[in-house]
Amino acid sequence: MSLEIAGGEFVALLGPSGSGKTTLLRILAGLEIPESGRVFFGDRDVTATPASKRGIGFVFQHYALFGHMTVAQNIAFGLTVMSRRQRPSPIEIRRRVEQLLALVQLPDLGGRYPSQLSGGQRQRVALARALAREPEILLLDEPFGALDAKVRRELRGALRAIHEELGVTSVFVTHDQEEAFALADRVAVLNAGRIEQFATADAIQSQPATDFVCQFVTE
Amino acid sequence: MGTRALKAPAGTRAALLLITFAYVGVMLLLPLGAILFEAFRQGIGLWWAAVTDPDARSAIRLTLIVAAISVPLNTVFGVAAAWAISKYSFPGKGLLVALIELPFSVSPVVSGLVFVMLFGANGWFGPWLEDHDIQIVFALPGLVLATVFVTFPYVARQLIPLMTVQGRGEEEAALTLGASGWRTFWRITLPNIRFGLLYGVLLCNARAMGEFGAVSVVSGHIRGETNTMPLHVEVLYNDYNFVAAFSVASLLALLAIVTLALKSALEWRYRAELEARR
Repeated sequence: MSLEIAGGEFVALLGPSGSGKTTLLRILAGLEIPESGRVFFGDRDVTATPASKRGIGFVFQHYALFGHMTVAQNIAFGLTVMSRRQRPSPIEIRRRVEQLLALVQLPDLGGRYPSQLSGGQRQRVALARALAREPEILLLDEPFGALDAKVRRELRGALRAIHEELGVTSVFVTHDQEEAFALADRVAVLNAGRIEQFATADAIQSQPATDFVCQFVTE
Repeated sequence: MGTRALKAPAGTRAALLLITFAYVGVMLLLPLGAILFEAFRQGIGLWWAAVTDPDARSAIRLTLIVAAISVPLNTVFGVAAAWAISKYSFPGKGLLVALIELPFSVSPVVSGLVFVMLFGANGWFGPWLEDHDIQIVFALPGLVLATVFVTFPYVARQLIPLMTVQGRGEEEAALTLGASGWRTFWRITLPNIRFGLLYGVLLCNARAMGEFGAVSVVSGHIRGETNTMPLHVEVLYNDYNFVAAFSVASLLALLAIVTLALKSALEWRYRAELEARR
């Protein structure tokens, strides 16, 4: 499989369970190593680069927030583990945290613990945390999968707005085609480890490339 | 319409509680009480004399040294093994888990004998050790080896289910945020396992200080040199010095009580934290 994503683009990886979309995302992140093939960020070959050095942001389906830290500490984490030379000052870090909390519309929750937040709030914190280091690429693994429909729609809008504001290249995995078509510039439809079609929502719906795409999309 | 939780009939509950308390009372409280009673029966003076006797002091010191070496070793090993087992899959994982449990199913005496067989004068490595003037059996290294073996599993067993349940999510998140492996371990993994870890260390320590069988076999019972506290109690008892035996034993009983208290405190804190996290 081969995938080329343009800078600043918002791409969805769509497909049924087992299609390999999460695996592909994790390969992009460096959390899994492909048996063959390469990953490039621009013209940088990052195939051998570990996840901690790729400059990505990752949002997990089940949030993966650090339960023993406050919301502010969670968001600041990526900044506090930077090397001394690159690390911003504590004041700068605090400012950045507040900026991000405002971006995800949770301005006063810095002192709370994740266990005190709702699912939707936790995912917003996870998003803010992933954006703290200004990543080149933002990767989201079924970010709204664990949330109910109403919250899902709210966060969908918030994510689109944030993408518009920041312009960071984003790839997100979902099995919900409505979500994929609503959010993404282009959608890659996956099936059993293959990319069946990679095009805009309109193109997929009007000119499905294979039988699978045709069936999957009309369901 | 109110609801009531399903409960066993009052008679059954009372019977179960009675049996439980009777069992605990006879098997645990009675012996502990008897030790303390016998230790102080002839007054504090004799008790004090028994525990400050040079051989007793040497035994206490040896017990502390053996524990101070064994417990950290097994803690480091336990954390490393639990980490590998719970976060990764690799060939031989099942075997490793079974091996970690091995000391529980082997009789402590057998454990001690294995070391004598390996490192004793007539053992597999005996001649080599003698040539290099290294003494393992009947000396501190032997005591430490035997203690490490029998307390091997405590920390690992406590951590494996805990870390398995916690999964890799938070660690992976930390990695994507730029933390190195070590950073992730110190700031994310350790805080998450601290209660399980402390609990495991507590149990490991209690066993390390109280171990008799394995240590007895490798020790050689050299008074003032290779007798830990449990061994010293046996020596005193065999000398018909009952008051002294019970006096030193009361220190071990005190250790048991302190361990129990700390364990309860940890459980209480852990439960509180679990509730807060939900």
